[in-house]
Amino acid sequence: MELKELISQKLNDNFVDAELEFSEFRYELSVKLNKKFINPVCKFLKEDPELEFLLCEDITAVDWAKRKNRFTVVYHIFSIKNSFRLVLKADVDENDCNIDTVSSVWKTSNWQEREVFDMYGIKFNAHPDLRRIYMPEEFEYHPLRKDFPLLGIPGSLPLPKK
Amino acid sequence: MDRLTKDDVHPKILQRLLEDTDVTIEDALENEMILNMGPQHPATHGVLRLLLRLDGETVIGCVPDVGYLHRGYEKMAENMSYFEFIPHTDRLDYISPTANNVAWVLAVEKLAGIEVPVRAQYIRMIIAELARIASHLVAIGSFAMDVGALTVFLWTLREREKIMDIWDILCGARFTNSYTRIGGVANDAQPEALALVEKFIDEIDANLSECESLLNTNRIFIERLDGVGVISKEDALSYGFTGPNLRASGVGFDLRRATPYLQYDKVDFRIPTFTEGDSLARYFVRADEVRESAKIVKQCLQLMPKGEIKANLPKSVLPQKVEVYSKMEELIHDFMIVNFGINPPVGEVYHAIEGSKGELGFYIVSKGEGHPWKCKIRSPSFIHIQSLPHLVKGHMVSDVVAIIGSIDPIMGEADK
Repeated sequence: MELKELISQKLNDNFVDAELEFSEFRYELSVKLNKKFINPVCKFLKEDPELEFLLCEDITAVDWAKRKNRFTVVYHIFSIKNSFRLVLKADVDENDCNIDTVSSVWKTSNWQEREVFDMYGIKFNAHPDLRRIYMPEEFEYHPLRKDFPLLGIPGSLPLPKK
Repeated sequence: MDRLTKDDVHPKILQRLLEDTDVTIEDALENEMILNMGPQHPATHGVLRLLLRLDGETVIGCVPDVGYLHRGYEKMAENMSYFEFIPHTDRLDYISPTANNVAWVLAVEKLAGIEVPVRAQYIRMIIAELARIASHLVAIGSFAMDVGALTVFLWTLREREKIMDIWDILCGARFTNSYTRIGGVANDAQPEALALVEKFIDEIDANLSECESLLNTNRIFIERLDGVGVISKEDALSYGFTGPNLRASGVGFDLRRATPYLQYDKVDFRIPTFTEGDSLARYFVRADEVRESAKIVKQCLQLMPKGEIKANLPKSVLPQKVEVYSKMEELIHDFMIVNFGINPPVGEVYHAIEGSKGELGFYIVSKGEGHPWKCKIRSPSFIHIQSLPHLVKGHMVSDVVAIIGSIDPIMGEADK
């Protein structure tokens, strides 16, 4: 069985309620899922002996600006055993702007989630150290959101007093 | 001058300050000390700040603090065309700029579905491998300097200077090269540049051995690195290590083999791996990789065919400058591409190459416009710095310097 079929079959069998949607673009397989299932799905993909997605390459988010579910959190994970990359996606709404952390699955996701939090304002539930990483702690905005202007907001960073 | 009062400082900062400087002075000998290392420390390889909690000279805790250099390149990428972003990739890992160019254009080409002529692919391989050699030479030299050996630094920079001379002829710039274009490279590799490449490759083995003879038999160098900053295979994978740092922990993972791009499946090379996972192993991997890269460049020079260096797609590939100035059709295409950009189809791709520091990846989301809707840079240095608390715990303050050098971070890349 081809690996892509194996992954979709295994995920479909084990996560019936996760609202899985599979798609392919430029030979990359991506799976969209309900955000509540992100932690168990990642854990399963990492620990399954046939798949072994041991490397979490990247976590980021996309701001769609006008969609109902404004953000999509995107995970790129890699299976060294199979030389295969899988994309996981979970929609996050602006009004309920949080998703479970996967830092218990891969340690590297700690900083990557902090970066997403800093840049997009998406909170990661049960994250061990959710602080800003690039911007100063007192900065109120999230720079990679589409409504944040390219030139910044005057007065958003305190300047020396006259 | 007015003094700041408590009310002038943001409560969050105040809280952090109080947490960070948790020092009492009743009994100096029995208390822990907080040491701020950086952000301007010469051994932090850039603006990296480490908050160290010390018991005597032993590090018992560490909090890395990045972001001092953050220039918002991802935000900028969303506001400029795919071509315009090429020079900006140079400023990420500024020690191997051409490799970053290659990573970016490969990601865009994957998104737009552009096939590149074979000659251009070989030229890209040559510049990417030369960039790796240059980067490793700086890494080895500055690493040796961090632990007290200055001569090696001068010798490795002397070798790197030769690569910069090659870049000077190849693309007219020594430091920030911007040599690649979407669909190919800016201009064909000149015979004199290729002759310099060949000369450099023939000499690098002997010259590197000369540097190694200063280090590998040096008891101080070895003892300062052996068993320092050990990370196991499992931890390295969990921390997202890639590149030489991962291979020093015993995982033979290399994107040039795992997901071959360009013509890497046509050349023969070895993936150096060590199992110790300590600072010394990370140095050995880099030295071995220089030789393997030289081997790849040598094969590229032999395998490289003659022919086109840009894809024949006038609507998405910039024409040669000389033709823009003399032909109407080319002028129109140049105008259209520069002003309105290429419009790749709606979709999203992630493409990663094996950079000198590790996996350098670009994630691009396109809405069919001339500029990316979203661009994410997966930079290896950012990921590696995260593991510093794990690596330095239990070591001495002087070992921290060696450990930072051994993971070879570049802050331009970590802070994006």
